[in-house]
Amino acid sequence: MIRTLRRWGWLFAGPTFLAFLVGFIVPFALGIYLSFTKFTTVTDSTWVGLENYSKILGDEVFVHSLWYTVAFTIVTTVIINVAAFAVAYMLTKAIKGRNLFRGVFFMPNLIGGIILGYVWLLLLNGVLAWWERSISFSEWYGFWGMVVLLSWQQIGYLMVIYVAGIQGISDEVIEAARVDGANNRQIVRRVMLPLLMPSITVCTFLTVTNGFKMFDQNLALTNGAPSRLSELLALNIYNTFYGRPGFEGVGQAKAVVFFVIVAAIAIIQNRLTTAKEVKA
Amino acid sequence: MTTVRHPRLWTVVFSLLSLAYIYPIVLVLINSFKNKVFISSEPFALPNSETWAGMDNYVRGIEQTDFFASFGWTVVITVGSTLMILLCTSMTAWWIVRVDNRTARTLYLLFLFNMIVPFQMVMFTLSKVANMLHLGNPFGIWIIYLGFGAGLAVFIFTGFVKAIPFEIEEAATIDGAGPVQIFFRVIMPIMRPSIITVAILEVMWIWNDYLLPYLVLDIRKYKTLSIAIQYLKGGYGTVDMGAMMAVLVLAIVPVIAFYLFSQRHIIKGVVAGAVKG
Repeated sequence: MIRTLRRWGWLFAGPTFLAFLVGFIVPFALGIYLSFTKFTTVTDSTWVGLENYSKILGDEVFVHSLWYTVAFTIVTTVIINVAAFAVAYMLTKAIKGRNLFRGVFFMPNLIGGIILGYVWLLLLNGVLAWWERSISFSEWYGFWGMVVLLSWQQIGYLMVIYVAGIQGISDEVIEAARVDGANNRQIVRRVMLPLLMPSITVCTFLTVTNGFKMFDQNLALTNGAPSRLSELLALNIYNTFYGRPGFEGVGQAKAVVFFVIVAAIAIIQNRLTTAKEVKA
Repeated sequence: MTTVRHPRLWTVVFSLLSLAYIYPIVLVLINSFKNKVFISSEPFALPNSETWAGMDNYVRGIEQTDFFASFGWTVVITVGSTLMILLCTSMTAWWIVRVDNRTARTLYLLFLFNMIVPFQMVMFTLSKVANMLHLGNPFGIWIIYLGFGAGLAVFIFTGFVKAIPFEIEEAATIDGAGPVQIFFRVIMPIMRPSIITVAILEVMWIWNDYLLPYLVLDIRKYKTLSIAIQYLKGGYGTVDMGAMMAVLVLAIVPVIAFYLFSQRHIIKGVVAGAVKG
């Protein structure tokens, strides 16, 4: 059967591979190449070596947005995971209406980032109007606005994963710990959290990469205001490509740097937390 | 944390929390019925006889964004792309797992690699390639979504196929079935749970996606909902807040309806999709 199947590759893997070529491999390879050139379309590129990459280092807006994104990712990862775990922990207990509550907390995930951005723009600017300010008052207004928005959106998603993880812990383990005299806090810290490492791995992976890649919410909520100070990396790269003629090569070089950072985080983060996983 | 000694108290606490949680959306709903000049000045007030605008905002919002057209294109793009992804990548995943030679393993590694590449890395070149191949319409974009979204789908499907015992296929071979028959008659029905999982994750992604369709589609002709909303902000000088609120409501209501309808599947799909990457 396998030998026959091998010959059917053109049918089973062919269509996906062709689309993959068009939608990923060619753009990726071309992207790497173009980061070493100066170009405006794709066909008029001339080789400039590392010039684009050296220009990045002198780009203060980019360096600012890099640190801004790092801070944003750290803050959102901590807040979202802690809150999602706390909510999941409470909602796995016998509380009336817990399924309804879980449903409510999950809901924002299904609404698109652009829409959520404008929903929160109304609310946040409405609140800030008390002090006669708006979200574009300073980079930190935008920062915390985006933190609130992303937390609101993602806590429910991670809560669902944590709930599944908590329900996967057998009652016997918890019971055994209780018989040994452990109190609730000890059970959470010494029994549940270690057993939940697989869920924590997935959840922190999701929040870290989502924080780094956030674009739509940033575009709708602040669009970089004031003066590009609230630009996260993804928006900074977008604006370099489409906002500054002649800087396409620099934009592509930034995109390569961005890719390397995200890939490195994904790999390192996965190694670190996977190593901490235990079995009951 | 202490034991839940007062479950009723916690019900109250979570009820209040839930109300606060949906408040941002309720606020948009309230403002969608207000005259546009009052939305920025007093967003938290309920509409009164002076500020009440009835359905005016909805009429203007639908006209300005060509709402029904963009809704329709979003449906075409989401449904078409998702079906393409489900059909093609499930076949590919089965082929990869069963054939398992150097080609198959290399292909699998490329798909894994695809999962860690952010869209910004390929956005410029992808839009040029799509343009050259004339894929900038709601049907051509199916191929783009299949191509860029293949990684995650193949990854989830291969994980699932590995757990299917090979004996089932051997039995089907002895009964005289070829690979195509085996896949569609035997394997695909077994893969149903993972197909639902992938479908949910893809629908959530593609329905809400902004940048990929914005860069790939010919936006003079085709706008998705996200693009239409972003245009409402940018295209008319000062934003018509009334139309904006109405369109936001119109975009959110179908999503919530869909969610209430298929909540169980969505939650299960999200859990099943949270396999380790």
